[in-house]
This record gives sequence, C-alpha cells and structure tokens, in this order.
Amino acid sequence: MSLAPLDAATLYGLMGAILVGLGLYGVVLLGGFLRRLLAFNLLGGGVFILFGVVARRGAGAGFGGDPVPQALVITGIVVAFCATALAITLIERLTEEDGDDPSGGGS
Amino acid sequence: MSAGLLATSPGGDVLVAAIVVPVIGILLLWLVRPRAVEWVALAALLANLGVAVAVLRTVSSSAAPVAYLIGGWQPPLGLALRADGIAAVFMAMAATVLVPVAIYARGAFGAPGERRPMVFWTMLLAITAALNLIFCGQDLFNLYVALELLTFAAVPLVSLDGSRETLKAALRYLVFALAGSVLYLLGVAIIYGAYGTLDLIGLASIRGPDGALLLAIGVMTAGLAAKTALFPLHLWLPPAHAGAPPAASAVLSALVVKGSFFIALRLWFDLLPPERAVAGSTLLGVFGAAAVIIGSAMALRQARLKLLVAYSTVAQLGYLFLVFPLGLGSGAAPFESTAWTAGALQLMAHAFAKAAMFMAAGLVYEAIGHDRIAEFRGLGRIAPLTVLTMTLASISLMGLPPSGGFSAKWLMLTAAFGEGAWWWVLVIAAGGLLAAGYVFRILVPAFTPPEEPIARVKPVVVRREAAALALAVIAILIGFLPLAPWPLLAIGRIAAGAP
Repeated sequence: MSLAPLDAATLYGLMGAILVGLGLYGVVLLGGFLRRLLAFNLLGGGVFILFGVVARRGAGAGFGGDPVPQALVITGIVVAFCATALAITLIERLTEEDGDDPSGGGS
Repeated sequence: MSAGLLATSPGGDVLVAAIVVPVIGILLLWLVRPRAVEWVALAALLANLGVAVAVLRTVSSSAAPVAYLIGGWQPPLGLALRADGIAAVFMAMAATVLVPVAIYARGAFGAPGERRPMVFWTMLLAITAALNLIFCGQDLFNLYVALELLTFAAVPLVSLDGSRETLKAALRYLVFALAGSVLYLLGVAIIYGAYGTLDLIGLASIRGPDGALLLAIGVMTAGLAAKTALFPLHLWLPPAHAGAPPAASAVLSALVVKGSFFIALRLWFDLLPPERAVAGSTLLGVFGAAAVIIGSAMALRQARLKLLVAYSTVAQLGYLFLVFPLGLGSGAAPFESTAWTAGALQLMAHAFAKAAMFMAAGLVYEAIGHDRIAEFRGLGRIAPLTVLTMTLASISLMGLPPSGGFSAKWLMLTAAFGEGAWWWVLVIAAGGLLAAGYVFRILVPAFTPPEEPIARVKPVVVRREAAALALAVIAILIGFLPLAPWPLLAIGRIAAGAP
C-alpha cells in the first residue's frame, strides 16, 4: 500500500488528532497538576496543528496557506503560554506550601 | 436582515466604551496612590454601569441591535461588536451586580498598597471587561480570547488568601477551565476549516446541517460546560467558590460562570439548525436536571455555609441548562418562547441572589468568627440585616413568590406544561423543594433565639450589610416584572433572520 493519498495536510491532521486524543486522556485521567498541565499543552499543540492544516487546505491559488488561521494560532499560542505560566506559578506556590507542611500530602 | 452585511449603528461607539472603560480603570489603578485605588475602581465600575445602561436604552428604544465595526472593517475580515437584546440586558445586569460588590469589598483586603487589594481590584475590572466582550463579541475567536481573559482574571481571585487549600482549588479550576477553552478552540478550528469565517452572522447565513458544524458545536459545548460547571464537570466549583474571599465568590458565582453559559446559548440558538438540536438539547437538559437534584442534595449535606452556597450554585446552574430542551422543543421561534425569557430571568435572579448570599456569608463569618451552620442559633439577634439579606436571597433561590427565582421557575414550568414535558416539571418541582430544604437549614437556626447570647467577634459594617441587602432586594424586585416573554430579549437574534 502506498502512502500517495496521504498528503502533508492529511498527515498533519492525523498527528494533530493523535495529540488531541493523548492530551485529553492526560487532562482527564492523569494524577498530579504538573502532568495534567503538560497534557493540556499536548492538547493545545494538537489543536494548533489542526489550525495549520486548516490554513494549508484553505490556501488560495499561489499561496502557501491561508493567513487567518496562522494569525489565530499565534494568538492561541500566546494564550496557552500565559496559561502555562499562571499554572506553573500556582504549582510552585503549592509546592512551597507543602514544603512548610511536615505532613506532606501533595496532589 | 441582510445577513453578513453589518454597519456601525448610531451610538455604536458605546460598545467600545464598554470594553475600554474597565481597561482604562485597570491602568489607572496602577498609577494612582494606593489609598485612591478603591475609589478609582469604584469610579470605573460606576462608569461601566453608565455605559451598560446606555447600551440597554439604545437597544430598547430603537428595538434593534447596536453594532460597531472595529476599524470600519466588515466581517469576515474585521471584527464586529454587536449587542442584541439579551446581550444588553446581561451587560446591564453584570454592571449592576459589580457596583454593590465593589462597595462591599472596599477595605476588606487589608491596608491599601498591599498585594491583595491590588490583585482583587485589578482582577475585578478585568472580569468586567471580559464579560462585556463576551456579551457583545461577534467573532468566535474573539469570544475565545474573552473567555481566556475571564479565566485568567477569575483564577487568581480563588487563591487570593494564598492558603494551601485555595491554591489547590485554584489549580483544579484552572485545569478544568483550560481544558474547556482548548476544546472550544478545537471547535473554532473545525468551523473555520469548514466555512472559512468565524463571524456569527456570516456563519448563520451559510450554515448547513452538516457534520462539521455539529461536531464543532458538540466539542465547544463540552468545553463550555466544563467552564460553567455543568454536572458532571462541576467538581472544581465548590472548593473554588467556597475558598475565595466573599466578595470574589460573589463575582465568581454570580457572573463568571455565566460568561461561558452565554456563549453556549449563542452557539445553540444562533448557529445550530433547530431541527438538529433536539437530541443534543435533551442531553444538556438531562445533565442540567442531574445538576439540580445532585447539587441540591449535596448542599443539604454541607456543614459550612459557604460550601452550602457553592453547591447551591451547581444546582441553580442546572436550571439554566433546562432552557435548551424547553426553548428548542417548543416548535416556535425560540427567542419569543417562554423558556427563553425564563432562562434569562433565572440567570439574572440567580446572579443577584447568589451574590447577596455569598456576601452575607462573608459577613456572618466576620460577625461570629466561623460559618458552621450548626452553631447559627441567635444569629438574627447579632446581625439582623445580614439575616434579612439571606432570607430575601433564599426566597429567590427557592422560587417562592414574589421573587425573580419564582418568575423564572414559573415560566419554566409553564413552558414545560405547554410542551407536555412532565419530566422537566418534576425536576423543577423537586429542585424547589430541595432548595427549600437547604435554605431552611440556615434560616431556622438563625431565627431561633439562643439559649445563651452568642459572642460577637467583630461588629459588622452597615455599609457592607447594605450592599448585600441591595442585591437581595433586586433579586426580589425582578419578580415584579410581568410573567410573560419579554420582547426585549428577542431583539436582534441572528437566527430570526437566517434561512
């Protein structure tokens, strides 16, 4: 079986779908805030790749891609970065609090 | 309506003010002396109230939506702001809730110039801006940005006191909210891939009953349900709302969860072809019904007042999701239906009543130093105004007449009877009984004379009691509006003019 029908956009689309699936699994089922945060980033990465696929498939004649989804993805990445920074700060604070607390516990 | 072609309407600039005023407020907060911070925030919120009232007056006097094209660019290239009837009503509602919350919160976070008051006031104004953008945003990606702004402003409020429990609650909230907004973004990608535009009006004019739209709305609804704490995605809400300081809990419970609900409402009523919505809306209604029953039952079991009030939010949010099956199942235009008005009334009545309830809970905590319901005997003697506030808010939460909660539930029952959907009637009635159960658990001991006088830890400031009372009184006053569908709420709905 040849891979000929599988053009780049389809391949990226499948990869994006796999990342979304992995990320969703992690966010829902993993324990620990750090792992769930990483899973959220996988999930986000998958969605961003899908935006790339949309950009590629919607390209006008003679263009490499539709610029609108690319603009959206840049905003999305900035937002996801901010979210990760906020979550990391909270996780750090929580770890500090746990450090003060001799009974431990953790999440 | 000529779908897709939109022009800035006369007075449309006021929508820009709705977003810019709170943001200017935030910038000013960081420029003025620490002592002036609270006053600047209060002034910004009052200005925001003025703007919201102006939007409402323009929409209701012209009986047409107000629109503004940013930079004069037509969608789909540009972004449009557009306030229709329900958006204008909700904008005014949010602005009205925020002012008493600010009056209540003044001086509640320690000395001026510390970290906590600065964070609180900044985030409060950021929530204001984000809500206004959600109410009048017209572009799905623009709404995504507004949703994220709302989340980033709400999460720090949860962990304002920095204790271990509240940090965990904030993180759990953040994880749910982030997963929710990424799912929403996934839906945005699917819609853009299928239609090449994200403008709601443009989409409504070219939508077809195809799989891409259904998949996208399904994924987005799941994400928004996580942010609105719809059962079974509600687990983050009770610790987050109960752990936040009272003024913050009031805003989180009354307004923040409604932002994501409002977007779900738009997707289902503006974008989804009605004939495709029936099965999905029944599913949402079932989750809503489960939330009403299980949220109320959990509220009955709580030993602490703030947790009880937080679980009551889970239950009251459940009612909102009954709007989907009732509004879409009537066969008539959903926006002129009884259920549509019932949903809007429930949202507003809950916002006022719940904000009052959380603020009163904070005052109780200050007055007697704890919020264990079992030890509330004699509370009525110590803090009569606060107990009055809780009583009025409870009347609305239970749905006793005359109150906003009663009007909402009565209209919902009327809609359910009209459609012969007796199972929703059972849910609404059972929810009302359970709500009566949990509020009487608070009120009965509070009104019982104490065996021995209970100790007052700290005198309650009358200004703060009055702020909470004002909100509870508004929740009651909503009940005096006529019990019929409001024409105002049907103004400018997109699908009314779409094919």
